[in-house]
Amino acid sequence: MDFISILSIFVLACFVGYYVVWSVTPALHTPLMAVTNAISSVIIVGALIASAAAGSPSAKWLGLVGVALASVNIFGGFAVTARMLAMYKKKEKK
Amino acid sequence: MHEATPVNPWVALAYLIAGVCFILALRGLSSPESSRRGNRFGMIGMGLAVGTTLITHEIASLPEIGGAIAIGGVIGFVIARKIAMTAMPQLVAAFHSLVGMAAVLVAAAAYQNPEAFHIVDAAGQIFAVSRVEMGLGIAIGAITFSGSVIAFLKLNGNMSGKPIMLPARHFINLGTLAAILGLIGYFVTDQSPWVFWTVTALSFLIGFLLIIPIGGADMPVVVSMLNSYSGWAAAAMGFTLSNTAMIITGALVGSSGAILSYIMCRAMNRSFISVIAGGFGAEAAITGGGAATDRPWKRGSAEDAAFLMKQAESVIIIPGYGMAVAQAQHALREMGDLLKEEGVKVKYAIHPVAGRMPGHMNVLLAEASVPYDEVFELEDINSEFAQADVAFVIGANDVTNPAAKTDKTSPIYGMPVLDVEKAKTVLFVKRSMGGVGYAGVDNEVFYMDNTMMLLADAKKMVEDIVKSL
Repeated sequence: MDFISILSIFVLACFVGYYVVWSVTPALHTPLMAVTNAISSVIIVGALIASAAAGSPSAKWLGLVGVALASVNIFGGFAVTARMLAMYKKKEKK
Repeated sequence: MHEATPVNPWVALAYLIAGVCFILALRGLSSPESSRRGNRFGMIGMGLAVGTTLITHEIASLPEIGGAIAIGGVIGFVIARKIAMTAMPQLVAAFHSLVGMAAVLVAAAAYQNPEAFHIVDAAGQIFAVSRVEMGLGIAIGAITFSGSVIAFLKLNGNMSGKPIMLPARHFINLGTLAAILGLIGYFVTDQSPWVFWTVTALSFLIGFLLIIPIGGADMPVVVSMLNSYSGWAAAAMGFTLSNTAMIITGALVGSSGAILSYIMCRAMNRSFISVIAGGFGAEAAITGGGAATDRPWKRGSAEDAAFLMKQAESVIIIPGYGMAVAQAQHALREMGDLLKEEGVKVKYAIHPVAGRMPGHMNVLLAEASVPYDEVFELEDINSEFAQADVAFVIGANDVTNPAAKTDKTSPIYGMPVLDVEKAKTVLFVKRSMGGVGYAGVDNEVFYMDNTMMLLADAKKMVEDIVKSL
């Protein structure tokens, strides 16, 4: 993909992010941070490519450490978000 | 399929779908009912992104990769299960630092093995545009890492929450930032390792320097800001890899953190620049303290408080950071339940900056099984204080200070506050009369005729009230 098409996706995604995040209820701002944390670990894709490639052992190890760190975040981030969201309950009807 | 090509339409499509899943994950958070489904979308998106990468690349080292994922996954999962809800701000800061470090590692790996990332020309030179992206990625990643580590240490109490002010720090910080940007520019013409590693080292340094002068009360802004940085770091690496999932996610997370920072700044009536400049709460303590301590105030007991609230028609509870520190949320919910049995209307009022991160109080109340439809934000409940019989302030201070509305000389002047003083009676739970809030200002509410101070540990006081009810 050329730079301009990537840039277009990026700019449009910023706008999507802007509107989606403003619609998040303030009560869920902490889960929002936890889940954004988890999804920003999609950077694991880069770490996987580095650790999968042959050629440079140092790059491979850097990649593997990156995979491990991002995994902490992915599993931890989604699990803690799920744990928090499970707590938000409505008043029981009497 | 051997060497994967980034132009394979199916791969691009899979990453695009992953990106859309992440958008849906955030969209779900617009209400608690849809939020759990949203979180599942997030997981699906992540699974898709990781799966696609693994399938389309010639994997030379599957066991090692599997091992790395397993180790990281187990650690993350165990932490997520065990962590106390009151420690959520520290946890989020720690997670941010990991994203930052992962970005640094990916950028470093891409620098050492650019062929794997398809960012080299025939002569073995890294594309100029990729060098800029890589430089920005490593700089933002490193800043996120060291900044988050400091934020973690401050939030976790390993480091004092007091601002640490270096002499000439604005000069040092701006100089370092300029050097980083200059070197990234120079990196375009010269891809030698010293340029790359100097950028990395300076970025680690600036992250550290930027966060040490920021005080504890400004931590909600800092945590949100680092959240934003971790997104921009992911986006920068997404540019390097031409990966739509990473770019979409980076943009989402980046704007999310930026919006949260903005909301937090607005809730404190402070500009983003003044928060970044730091030092809030360091000088104010000297000006605000002195004169007021000998003014008359009323002390109440748990029995008095229980009696007053039992007689009341409506009670509004205002929790703050002190409630989190004392872990009083469960006792508080018990108190609320007993009052409701007495026919008292109980509501909770939450100031946007109560606690140490956005939405901190909401999570704690949810943990204590307080139904979320009893919890209200500042603008939704502020008009109700005038009709309320009792305002029960527990562990909050600055966010209830009427000086923010009246006293132009106060450091918190202009900050939106909860109008607790309009309630018929104010019950103020506080450890002692000596301490002042983070802004270091005295609170007029303490000395009002209709205020009763309940001086004790928040949890103990609430438990005593529960016994008396």
